[in-house]
Amino acid sequence: MKIAVCIKRVPDMETRFKIAASGSSVDETGLKYDMSDFDGYAVETALQLNEKQGPGETVVISLGPDVVQEQLRKALSMGADRAVQLKSDRVPADGLAIATALAAELKSGGYDLILFGRQAVDSANATVGPMTAELLDLPCATAVSSLEIANGRATARRELEGAAEVVEFSLPAIVSVDEGMPRARYPSLKGIMAAKKKPLEVRPAQLGEERITIEKMELPPERAAGRIVGEGPAAVPELVRLLHTEAKVL
Amino acid sequence: MANTFAFAESRGGALRRVAFETVSAARALADACGGGEVHAFLAGAPGVSSLASELGKYGADVVIVVEHPGLANANAESLAATAAERIRAGGYRAAVFSASAQGRDLAPRVAAKLGVGMAADVIAFELSGDALVVKHPAYAGKVIATLKLTGSPAIMTLHPGARAAVEAPTEARVESAQPAADPGASKVLVKEMIAGGGAKLDIGDAPVIVSGGRGLKSADNFRLVEDLAAAFGNAAVGATRAVTDDGWRPHSDQIGQTGRQVSPDLYVACGISGAIQHIAGMRNSRTIVAINKDKEAPIFKVADYGIVGDVVEILPVLTAAVKEAREKG
Ligand SMILES: Cc1cc2nc3c(=O)[nH]c(=O)nc-3n(C[C@H](O)[C@H](O)[C@H](O)COP(=O)(O)OP(=O)(O)OC[C@H]3O[C@@H](n4cnc5c(N)ncnc54)[C@H](O)[C@@H]3O)c2cc1C
Ligand SMILES: Nc1ncnc2c1ncn2[C@@H]1O[C@H](COP(=O)(O)O)[C@@H](O)[C@H]1O
Repeated sequence: MKIAVCIKRVPDMETRFKIAASGSSVDETGLKYDMSDFDGYAVETALQLNEKQGPGETVVISLGPDVVQEQLRKALSMGADRAVQLKSDRVPADGLAIATALAAELKSGGYDLILFGRQAVDSANATVGPMTAELLDLPCATAVSSLEIANGRATARRELEGAAEVVEFSLPAIVSVDEGMPRARYPSLKGIMAAKKKPLEVRPAQLGEERITIEKMELPPERAAGRIVGEGPAAVPELVRLLHTEAKVL
Repeated sequence: MANTFAFAESRGGALRRVAFETVSAARALADACGGGEVHAFLAGAPGVSSLASELGKYGADVVIVVEHPGLANANAESLAATAAERIRAGGYRAAVFSASAQGRDLAPRVAAKLGVGMAADVIAFELSGDALVVKHPAYAGKVIATLKLTGSPAIMTLHPGARAAVEAPTEARVESAQPAADPGASKVLVKEMIAGGGAKLDIGDAPVIVSGGRGLKSADNFRLVEDLAAAFGNAAVGATRAVTDDGWRPHSDQIGQTGRQVSPDLYVACGISGAIQHIAGMRNSRTIVAINKDKEAPIFKVADYGIVGDVVEILPVLTAAVKEAREKG
């Protein structure tokens, strides 16, 4: 199958974020970057599908400034065949502006399957995948936790609150992947060497109109320090008393 | 004066709690627009119209009811097409969906069809001049972004539980509508609905969550977590990724950065270390209790109350004490 995977460069979430002087973005000094968690699952999903189902091509696409080439190279070192950077000096806050550019790139690519992460861990929107599907008028299943493909038909499971649904559709289609799908593999040394020679094309991003601007970013209020009530089962009565009289949740 | 649109989510012939939250949020927006009307959109199998009056309780002036046998299960293509058509025709200032599994699936499609701005997972909002200004948790909940949406209608999905539904009773008028796209012709069809564990509360709705981690040592010991949840009566069971990875609990129970984000009144973390990816999913809980044998475990940094000790020993005692406290009232 010819599979495209859209990946976003995001900072490592284990950071203690600081707000930049502008007040409307995080301070980027010292941040480490990787592809977003679910985008890694999506790359892995594509690789496994093509490994299992015989000859295919996995193309990774990222929109952003030149630094996104780092994440594209990582995907290539995992095993993707080629990469496309949709070059823009920044990544818009408006998911529809991003989806418009991705759709323009994907439209004539002849892909059987286009994969997205359920949501990018930085923006946490979960909008770019289904928006792109809408712009391309393709069948779309969002937030899937398992996916099977046979004879041009896909079966996917989606987790709902306290329930799940199984959906069916034909390819070509768009799928956004959630927890439950395979985790990203670590690139091998051989993979890293091979990636250096794989094609990485750069094209200008044809961004859509932007209707969303970031006014401000702030850190959420810190939780007040708690206390250790005691040790072992002997501490239970005091805990229950506090839950009743102080926290009023019992 | 402008009207607002609210998507009223139902499943299996019943309204979900988030339906009242979206209607109530749309009410607040309509009031801020000088007292416009709230138009709630309710779709489902024939018979779903009987739920319309419940939406009036939270301030819906009109309930647009779309009944069709093909809408018994969620049908994203038909619903998105129908909602988009109504929103386009209605000239609304804003359209509110829930940031539920269904709302997150539908709202982006509707925004793309209409070519309008959409804010996801909103925890607070206000109209400011000709913009809708919203707050949205980003960076795994470590940063709160304030976003400004220009243009009309503005679409948003509301974080479940972020804003309780407020009663504002009106006598809702019912208006029937047809699906804009034949549900049977959708490219993606639901083949099977898999119900969760019967009458159990969902972790997104439960006022109390008892969550277990690897410190429980075995899938069997999750019985202790379930017993405590049962003692609370209004509790759901959650889990860490370590536990869902080991297959002790289903992925749908996972709380955290790559799982569900919850904000119950009470969160009891049992044998959970408190990795930042887990905290990302529960840090907005009102009260947090942690039980861990390691007094240096990071979970104690976010917990209001902690007990240091063996969770397998402590849970049965806590369960008995909670039962007793609840019986006493
Ligand atoms: C990209 C990414 C995304 C992730 N997303 C998530 C997510 O969404 N949700 C999530 O939960 N994790 C997530 N994780 C995993 C996370 O980093 C941790 O590995 C995980 O949360 C640990 O689970 P745990 O606390 O159950 O296990 P552990 O970290 O192994 O902790 C077990 C704890 O139990 C205590 N303990 C042991 N025995 C006892 C006993 N007898 N009595 C009491 N306490 C005891 C120990 O002291 C320890 O603190 C993610 C990781 C990555 C890299
Ligand atoms: N700048 C980008 N470049 C490529 N893919 C992206 C970009 N932004 C978002 N995506 C894709 O869209 C998914 C959802 O992102 P979001 O809607 O921002 O949460 C991500 O997991 C990626 O698969």
